[in-house]
Amino acid sequence: MRETIIARGEVYLYPMLMIMTCMQACSKRWCCIAVCVCLWWFAVLTPAIADDTLSSNTGHSFVEQLQVLQTGNFSTKATAVEALEGIDDDRVLSVLKALLNGDLRYRKDDDRVVFIKDVEEGYQLTDVLSGVDLGVTGRRNVKKITVNNQLRGQLRSAIARLSLSHKNPKVRLTSVQELIKDMDADTTALFRGAMGKESDENVLDVIRTGLALVDINAEDRSTRLRAITELGETLNPIAKVRLEQLLAQDNDGAHLEADAELRRAAQKSLNRFKERQELYELLNTLFFGLSLGSVLLLAAIGLAITFGVMGVINMAHGELIMLGAYTTYVVQLMMPNHIDYSLFVAIPAAFLVAGLVGVAIERGVIRFLYGRTLETLLATFGISLILQQAVRSIFSPLNRSVETPAWMSGAWEFNASLSLTYNRLYIILFSLLVFAALLMILKKTSLGLQVRAVTQNRPMAKAMGVRTEWVDALTFGLGSGIAGVAGVALSQLTNVGPNLGQAYIIDSFMVVVFGGVGNLWGTLVGAMSLGVVNKFLEPWAGAVLAKILVLIVIILFIQKRPRGLFAQKGRSVEG
Amino acid sequence: MQPRRLIVEWLAQDRGGHLLLLFVLAAAVLVPICNLAVPADSPLHVSTYTVTLLGKYLCFALLAIALDLVWGYCGILSLGHGAFFALGGYAMGMYLMRQIGDRGVYGNADLPDFMVFLDWKELPWYWYGFDEFWFAALMVMVVPGLLAFVFGWLAFRSRVTGVYLSIITQALTYALMLAFFRNEMGFGGNNGLTDFKDILGYNLQSDATRIGLFLASAIALVLGYLLARYVVRSKLGRVVIAIRDAEARARFVGYKVEHYKLWVFVLSAVLAGIAGALYVPQVGIINPSEFSPLNSIELVVWVAIGGRGTLYGAVVGALLVNYAKTYFTGALPEVWLFALGALFVVVTLFLPKGLAGVVTLWRQRRGRRREAPA
Repeated sequence: MRETIIARGEVYLYPMLMIMTCMQACSKRWCCIAVCVCLWWFAVLTPAIADDTLSSNTGHSFVEQLQVLQTGNFSTKATAVEALEGIDDDRVLSVLKALLNGDLRYRKDDDRVVFIKDVEEGYQLTDVLSGVDLGVTGRRNVKKITVNNQLRGQLRSAIARLSLSHKNPKVRLTSVQELIKDMDADTTALFRGAMGKESDENVLDVIRTGLALVDINAEDRSTRLRAITELGETLNPIAKVRLEQLLAQDNDGAHLEADAELRRAAQKSLNRFKERQELYELLNTLFFGLSLGSVLLLAAIGLAITFGVMGVINMAHGELIMLGAYTTYVVQLMMPNHIDYSLFVAIPAAFLVAGLVGVAIERGVIRFLYGRTLETLLATFGISLILQQAVRSIFSPLNRSVETPAWMSGAWEFNASLSLTYNRLYIILFSLLVFAALLMILKKTSLGLQVRAVTQNRPMAKAMGVRTEWVDALTFGLGSGIAGVAGVALSQLTNVGPNLGQAYIIDSFMVVVFGGVGNLWGTLVGAMSLGVVNKFLEPWAGAVLAKILVLIVIILFIQKRPRGLFAQKGRSVEG
Repeated sequence: MQPRRLIVEWLAQDRGGHLLLLFVLAAAVLVPICNLAVPADSPLHVSTYTVTLLGKYLCFALLAIALDLVWGYCGILSLGHGAFFALGGYAMGMYLMRQIGDRGVYGNADLPDFMVFLDWKELPWYWYGFDEFWFAALMVMVVPGLLAFVFGWLAFRSRVTGVYLSIITQALTYALMLAFFRNEMGFGGNNGLTDFKDILGYNLQSDATRIGLFLASAIALVLGYLLARYVVRSKLGRVVIAIRDAEARARFVGYKVEHYKLWVFVLSAVLAGIAGALYVPQVGIINPSEFSPLNSIELVVWVAIGGRGTLYGAVVGALLVNYAKTYFTGALPEVWLFALGALFVVVTLFLPKGLAGVVTLWRQRRGRRREAPA
């Protein structure tokens, strides 16, 4: 720091020297020019220097205060904390938090103040000033900056104030959520102050709840009533607890709250609270159901083509999904620095890999078995065993971890009771996209036309000049490619291992059979309804039992409608 | 047709079956002698491990016959026959569990170990009666039979056929597997039933009991074979074959197709249950993975390799594939799934009638060659 000050002094010295040399030269003209140059010098440099000085002043005092914290006694530390709170610096909040938690320490050998993180080998150090990672060191090499109880109280309220005015709404939200647990006079004042300034809906909700929690204990009856109504409007679980307290009875059955009207209001608020809570729970379950449904859709839609359109039972379908997932893994291995974009490479790659394997299966085995569905089933099952073992031999039987890109992690927090994770959200969208694309291919392209023609009447299509063999191979490749794409999506949700496919094959068949063979819309409806039903059954039946129940329901359903929800009609069905 | 003539006739026509029965009976005589009478260091000695292994194969062979009845003769490809096998196994396992008495780890005479572990207070109602062997033996047949009856009645009545039936039978065994994995079901959950001590008062670990079980399996296989043979040669069997070949025609001729199918399906499930019941005391454990769809499909490939539609083919297939499995999983574990997968493909592509088909073909050719010079 001292070095920079000297350097700055030199900057000022240069023009002075120039003026002085001019004076010595005594030439008026030269003097004029020199003064002009000096002025220009000052004009250009002064703002920059001033700016620099200003920031280095606060930076300087940040450093100074940090030094006080490191060396001072408790009372000077208290003033330092106060001073730090006034400094507009992003590092302040983390320093105060670390100080409160005892994670702010300094290195014994060079007195550098660091944040510590407990790891197995010792402490992971981060420089406070620069944020640079200083590596791991032994626990004895750092010394803690101590605090006492008074300082702790001061730190807490300072942290609360700082985080309440923080730029990031997420920081504000977590801080109010922390503060609301203990509503004392200070916090109330803080909340009242923040109320007018706050713009984020979720933070505001917590603040309102907090204030209502205070108001509910007020003397004035109308204030209490208003607070009770207010609590009914929030989503915070604390509100529910408080309302229930109002309605509670002691052991003799006497109400703890004497005022009957308040109790009625509390009951009303509580009901309202519960209603909304249930609504959001319902939405949450629906979301999970749709997300499971979209996974099923992705897994089943390729099957719907090979099984539904071509009448081929492909037991290796699950393994094609697995191949897609492993393709994602390999793609990520090849581009470790671009995980965020890896999925966009993986999707076409998986489509190609699985599609080519699919075409190979069709050309190599299935084409000899058309019209012998049960045999196809056995042969493709054999292929599935081979593929599984191949993957086991190449990649080892252990699960491989596929990384989730940054843009897919996290959740979209709608409010306190409803947050939707991005990966599931994207997969729902993605599955619908794949569905739409497939539908377009079948309805609008010439390949789709030929596929439908071959499905409906093979000899006639052949007579019209359709290369049925070619169409068969392409259709199978398309269905398999979609399975590969499904694998990319699944790799983001579950473990990637050799048994990945097996877990989905039975479910996929259920979806196709339930929805009705040969009908893509049936697959969509079947997948979504099975997913949603499964998730709605889960809360009261448990995950495994829910699945069993769904299977039983499907088995019974097939008895009633052997051709599924959207049955194909016409003569070709029985053939 | 008189029963005696019938017997003479089908014995005369079934050369493969003949050979097979002779082979099984010979094994039933020789194996106990080689195990008990021949000294341990002699090359002719058969170890108890091998006896148990052979006993296991015989159970699988019976299971293969059961599947061949429905698939080979009735055209119903059941991918859930492992479920009936496992149910029979569980019924026997429950009896064996009750025989442990207070010799379990917790020493509780009223409750099996896993129930004590789960802190259950009393025996669930469906465990009542399994202290008695006759009851368990009855349940070995009744439980799979009943399940097959209900399932088949529903499925065949609404004319679920072909692939659809295969898939829902697979779903059935999958659902059962999930259910038996649950601890709440009261069948030992994940670990299943194990730690058996004795059967009918005989110690399960002793060589003599092992031989007894082996003999029981051999006898069950022979009886099962004869029964299946009788069924497929009877009038009922002919109708069943007719249904396989032309279901709609059989229906229009006036046969109640559903009843015939149901009958065969239930009989097959009972046979599978018996096979399972004999299997469990020999391997000493029954757990939910027996229900796994993979097992059921593997069973299909035994029959496919041996030759469906011929009973002896099913038995030969079961014995061969299982021997191969024992060999490969011991010597080259990596290769086994490749080999099994390749078997599936090769058999369906090149041997649609299995090994039995090859034998028939070969015999026909030889016959023709013999006729030609004459």
